Amino acid sequence: MKKTPFLEVDRVTKRFGGLLANDRIDFTVEEGEIVSIIGPNGAGKSTLFNCVTGFYRPNSGKISFMGQEMTHYRADQICKMGVARTFQIVQIISDMIALDNVVTGALLRFNKIRPAVEKAEEVLRFTGLIEKKGLLPTELTIADKKRLEVSMALATQPRLLMLDESMAGLTRVELREMIDLIKKIREIGITLVVVEHVMEAVMEISDRVIVLNSGKKIMEGTPQQVVVNREVIQAYLGEKYHVVSP
Amino acid sequence: MQNLSFKQISSGIIVLILLILFPFAFPKPFPQHVMILVFMFGMTGVAWNIMGGYAGMFSFGQVAFFGIGAYTSSFLLITYHINPWLGLVVGGLIAALVGAAIGYPCSNLRGHYFAIASIAFGEIVRTHFNNWKLIGAAEGMTLPMLSESFKNFMFHSSKLPYYYIILAFLILSLGVCHFVATSKMGYYFRAIKESHDVAKVLGIHVVAYRLIAIMISAFLTAMAGTFYAQYVLYLDPESVLILPISVQIVLIAMLGGASSVMGPVIGAAILMPVSEITRVLLGHKGTGVDMMIYGALITLISVYQPKGVWGLFSNIGKRAK
Repeated sequence: MKKTPFLEVDRVTKRFGGLLANDRIDFTVEEGEIVSIIGPNGAGKSTLFNCVTGFYRPNSGKISFMGQEMTHYRADQICKMGVARTFQIVQIISDMIALDNVVTGALLRFNKIRPAVEKAEEVLRFTGLIEKKGLLPTELTIADKKRLEVSMALATQPRLLMLDESMAGLTRVELREMIDLIKKIREIGITLVVVEHVMEAVMEISDRVIVLNSGKKIMEGTPQQVVVNREVIQAYLGEKYHVVSP
Repeated sequence: MQNLSFKQISSGIIVLILLILFPFAFPKPFPQHVMILVFMFGMTGVAWNIMGGYAGMFSFGQVAFFGIGAYTSSFLLITYHINPWLGLVVGGLIAALVGAAIGYPCSNLRGHYFAIASIAFGEIVRTHFNNWKLIGAAEGMTLPMLSESFKNFMFHSSKLPYYYIILAFLILSLGVCHFVATSKMGYYFRAIKESHDVAKVLGIHVVAYRLIAIMISAFLTAMAGTFYAQYVLYLDPESVLILPISVQIVLIAMLGGASSVMGPVIGAAILMPVSEITRVLLGHKGTGVDMMIYGALITLISVYQPKGVWGLFSNIGKRAK
């Protein structure tokens, strides 16, 4: 008997007027994996993210999580099922201190404030932001804001975490910290799907890589397989990309 | 979003004792009348704040809830001799239901768009009531004279009972607002105010929580409406359903400080005496002078202290530490 995949995306199609942003995209994610989605700008990565997390309704196709179909669920219902996400442009609550931002996420699983605060502090210790818990988002660096957004997502206690370009615009040191954080998140048993442009990070963290181009999936495989694929090089990486084997 | 400190509770109790003693220090009707208006509009400001200050729905249609409250209890009293206290509850429930019914199709409206829709809502209710024969249309309704008692919610010989009733209503509203602000709801409202996307991604059912905010706000505003009807004993669309009342409610909350529990009360304490005193001093010639003073105050406060007068107080408090 075939095992039910953890996350199953089955022929998902999303069009905006005449533009086919996602064209019958198929993929599965197994529990405990880190899967990266790469591709040039406009390939449909964020659209796919939005379809899976309930921000867009696909025109056709099916999405199931742990065997339960959730294609037409609202975003908040999908979050309750255990799928959390972050945004390409950081989304945090600007008039709340960092701790309260995370508490708001934690309140998904608690009705009382006190246990939610305890959970939020635990998450902030995990993500390394605990010392900045009293700061407002305006007082945080870009890297810390991204970290805060990840903390908010983690506070909803997800089984699957989807990160949309959480490494864009970071310095080398910050990039290192984010890679380490992602690995740490996997270690506590959370599955990850990440959209990422920073190939160095993709190579290091991914178990599998899915490549999109013009709304279609053109390739899927291990990072090593993907970077030597002719089509991927032409569409995205560029002829001059040299693979540095890890 | 912390619980009240000992200092806050003790200063609150002192202010409350002063307010309870106020009518004995100022036994004339006029100061009591001004204070009644301060409490009543303070209450509507607190109710607006739950919706506007916390959940980010800038309503310029609060007068519809106020009018629905006033009309429901009065209509039930005149036509079916139903006790106004029961009418108050029924009016609150109807206002909450109407609020939910109009809030649902407006679920995706934010910012200016919500404000415009809420103006339209208020104006539709006013036009409708202006032509609705059953409730007196433009002529309005005069409440029957009942004997003076707490049970009848009617007092003729003194304003004192009204003073204490509306003070109790205000305290109830502050209690509700404090509860909202410090509970899960308060966190969720603020997330929704920031952006619907951030709320959804944290698992918040945006539509449901917005409707809850509208319904709480509508119920409290309608309570103030019933109080107004029982206090003035006459109502018509021109006195309880016009847009300037909605605007005044927003100004009170903004001036005092939106998204702080006490802010709107401070706003009412500044604005209501200004409007009543100019009205008494200048009579009809002075129509609009209060609005000019409001305008100047609002401009000053939004330029120098966007968090409202309450924000000014808490800043001074912080500096003093």
